Amino acid sequence: MAEEEEESELSDKQKVEIAKWFLLNSPPGEIQYVAKDVKLILNDDGLFNEAASEAFPLYNKSHFIVLPMSDRSGDVLVTSFGELEDNAYLDPRTAQVAIVDHVKQVCTGVRPAQDEELATAYIEEFRFSLDAEILKYVEDVYPKGVCSVYCVNGKDTEGPGSDFELAVVISAARHSPQNFCNGSWCSVWNIVFKDEQQTVEVKGKLQVAAHYFEEGNVQLDAKHECKDATLFQAPEDCALALSSIIRHHETEYLGSLEASYLNLPDSTFKDLRRKLPVTRTLFPWHNTLQFSLTRDISKELGIGK
Amino acid sequence: MKEMEAAMGLMRRIPPKHTETALSALLSLMPNHSSDLLSQVDQPLQVLCDVDCGKEFILCEYNRDADSYRSPWSNKYHPPLEDGSVPSSKMRKLESEANEIFAIYRDQYYEGGSSSVYMWEDENEGFVACFLIKKDGSKTGQGRRGYLEEGAWDAIHVIEVGPEEEENTSYRLTSTVMLTLTTNNEASGTFSLSGSIRRQMNMKLSFADGHLCNMGRMIEEMEGKLRNSLDQVYFGKTREMVCTLRPPSEVAQMRMPES
Repeated sequence: MAEEEEESELSDKQKVEIAKWFLLNSPPGEIQYVAKDVKLILNDDGLFNEAASEAFPLYNKSHFIVLPMSDRSGDVLVTSFGELEDNAYLDPRTAQVAIVDHVKQVCTGVRPAQDEELATAYIEEFRFSLDAEILKYVEDVYPKGVCSVYCVNGKDTEGPGSDFELAVVISAARHSPQNFCNGSWCSVWNIVFKDEQQTVEVKGKLQVAAHYFEEGNVQLDAKHECKDATLFQAPEDCALALSSIIRHHETEYLGSLEASYLNLPDSTFKDLRRKLPVTRTLFPWHNTLQFSLTRDISKELGIGK
Repeated sequence: MKEMEAAMGLMRRIPPKHTETALSALLSLMPNHSSDLLSQVDQPLQVLCDVDCGKEFILCEYNRDADSYRSPWSNKYHPPLEDGSVPSSKMRKLESEANEIFAIYRDQYYEGGSSSVYMWEDENEGFVACFLIKKDGSKTGQGRRGYLEEGAWDAIHVIEVGPEEEENTSYRLTSTVMLTLTTNNEASGTFSLSGSIRRQMNMKLSFADGHLCNMGRMIEEMEGKLRNSLDQVYFGKTREMVCTLRPPSEVAQMRMPES
């Protein structure tokens, strides 16, 4: 036994990689529980801390986690779009920068954003108008939704004449471990304002996840991408057009998720296992003796090999 | 045993489609607990082809000896193994019969797939039977209707059969179903559900109808229940969660007739 153990002994690097894999595969809202179990199994705080310090920032950014800002001025979204430097995330609405402790998943401090971290007045007008419309929309349809609009390209554009890009991020999560259920809805809308063509191109990525784990482990993982476009207009008009595009596509997507669920019992699931046998009656176990004597039953049923 | 608790905790959270990776990761992190892990964590089933008859058979801990697996069709180990353990001739007769009947049952419910049954005597004058089913329901596999991009159903039923008392025999069934299903189309993107549940059922039954009949009925009832739980309860809960995240009022309004 001792020999065997030596043979399969992992290097520290391998242990860290495995720990990271578990952390990154945590369902929405469950990374702290996973971390606790991984820490116990690793039984080496140094290795665990190394894995956690690498995995948590990636997890937090890919799940768009929402943290209350330490000065109670609102929530900040942790996303790669708002990332300024390690652990610092811009909240464009309040023009503040939140300092984040990734592993504890808390905001530890807030500072005002510096001018060079913010967009120009020209861009800000588009960003601000869109943010106001998206905020109305999110409050309308997501009971616990948080959203943010970032300028991801061309934030230093002073006026008409060049392209720029905004990103809308919407994150809605529900954690109810006491009901063995967690879930999240994340959408990202990349919006490119094309100055020469006078068009605005929209690309959306939606991701919905849910985990139910009372006496089992069942997970939904749904993804969808879509495209749309509108005309380059004044900031307020663009904001209205864009929020209505986003509302339309997200509503349609929710409808298609519902349709996928409705198709499950009678069509989709049937290709795995039927509710009743092809004969539409329970299997005749009491006649099995005959089956094995005659051995012709499968031929009779037309399912012979 | 805190480590095992933590390991089982992780298995409850990691997406079921990653079960194999998670299990091998745990085995390498916790070599001291390998037998506990292998017996407590169910993993997706694998198949081999029986070279004697060209039929597929399913691999599990119960038909393994060293690195070889015994086929229930030819009773031979693959790859060949001298002195590989085999059931007694009485047990083997029941096992052969069970394999044949269970294949018909499987075809009627699954319209394809593979099945295998393994039996062996236990220390208490009873025996243990393991019924396995593996179905690939994807459109490139045996999904007749072509709805599924990916679709796998693995069922493991282990029945401990007690010694024959006066009139009744006790049966303890432990069943696990693991499944993944993915649909994919332009309008709705990728929609993927995966899951794993395990249940137990105990019964005392008269053996007037014979063991096969009793075990078969229990498995059929259990499979029906598990399918129903997955469909109605487990998938239903994930659907409820989606509706909590974003209540479908707009959709409802659009579909509602004007009053």
